Amino acid sequence: MTSTPGSAARTGATMPRPADTSGRVPRFTPAERWIHRVTGALMLVCLVTAACLYYPPLSELVGRRRLVVTVHEWCGLALPVPVLLGLASRAFRADLSRLNRFAPYDREWLRAVRRRSYRRPAGKFNAGQKLYASWTAGAVLVMIGTGLLMWFTHLAPLVWRTGATFVHDWLTLALAVVIVGHIRMAMNDPESRRGLRTGSVDETWAAREHPNWEPYRDSE
Amino acid sequence: MGRRVVLGMLGLGAAGVAAGPYLQRGVESVTSQDPTGLTGLLPGGGGFRYYSIVDSVPARTAANYTLTVDGLVDHPVTYRLADLQAMRQRRIVHDVQCVTGWRVPATPFEGVPLADLLDAAGVQSGATAVRFSCFDGSYTESLTLDQARQDGVLVALKMQDAPVNHAHGGPVRLYVAPMYFYKSAKWLSGITLTPTVQTGYWENYGYDVDAWVGRSNGRDDAPTG
Repeated sequence: MTSTPGSAARTGATMPRPADTSGRVPRFTPAERWIHRVTGALMLVCLVTAACLYYPPLSELVGRRRLVVTVHEWCGLALPVPVLLGLASRAFRADLSRLNRFAPYDREWLRAVRRRSYRRPAGKFNAGQKLYASWTAGAVLVMIGTGLLMWFTHLAPLVWRTGATFVHDWLTLALAVVIVGHIRMAMNDPESRRGLRTGSVDETWAAREHPNWEPYRDSE
Repeated sequence: MGRRVVLGMLGLGAAGVAAGPYLQRGVESVTSQDPTGLTGLLPGGGGFRYYSIVDSVPARTAANYTLTVDGLVDHPVTYRLADLQAMRQRRIVHDVQCVTGWRVPATPFEGVPLADLLDAAGVQSGATAVRFSCFDGSYTESLTLDQARQDGVLVALKMQDAPVNHAHGGPVRLYVAPMYFYKSAKWLSGITLTPTVQTGYWENYGYDVDAWVGRSNGRDDAPTG
């Protein structure tokens, strides 16, 4: 028998990788990881430039007011772009609908947090992550709306601008607090960070933190 | 459910924009009574904000500060800080209103009336406007000659009854009481009489040239002076 080129390397048959032997469960696709990275970077730039515009000691240190304003405005406007582009990804759309849906075990999770109990059932995302995602999405949209009112001053009557400034300023503080909380949670959970860095998580971690997540099916 | 949270945030945001002016007044009435100054860190907490358009501004002292008056004048002249201190000083107290919204109540400024400096230089008949330049190397401002001769326009050496410090534009800054604070150029180093108005730094980005508080830039703040 003569050998044909390629037959030694690969056959047509593919064998599914057995997740139980590798111990890793795929959690995020490369597209999803990039959406998170870019959104996070844009949000960070928005917060840092905001601090430079607002907090006098930092303003004195940095100066260059017009440049800082321009960077802040465009990064703010670009914040939803990664998510919008991400809608092209099926995995991302599936995760968005997971985040949108609240199951009975999510109520149980929230009750467990209030009672400081550690029996906290969750799907691929727990109830806290679902609330964080939707609150931040809403907050970012409000920030863009109020930001545009402050940017294009002839867009709306003056009282709107005063109100927009008020909302933009205070919501910045709220967002900063919530995002610091988000980062603290991530700092305390290396496996969850690994999920966003490499795309897969440890199976026992997944079973413990997200018992109702069925990684091998598209729905929960 | 997640969608409801997003929509709820949008609703709250819109309500906040509508109620903002009233809430803002409430915040100000609380923070204005704070003796610790900690509320200065909160939004709308009062106090001055620091704005500079360049990366860093050199420090000038009595030893190396100069103010030049030139252009369409009979006697171009350069003043040192001591020369300005030796001239007639005038102290006025008005609110300071920034075009971005913050307002600092009853702030004393003291210095040489700009009209005195113009008279000393002898303004020629062809001049209709004054152009201000600054030792930050970039900022410029302008006034018409009539505006420049008004009572509330000072070449300020003191602010809040102390020498103007570097962050506030010291040792010498312009103070134009009835106009938005971007007219009050910091780090003043040059006064030039010109045949026409030459628009200043922010005015080239769309700010009004005649920046009367409450009657320009689409704002309705209470007048300041």
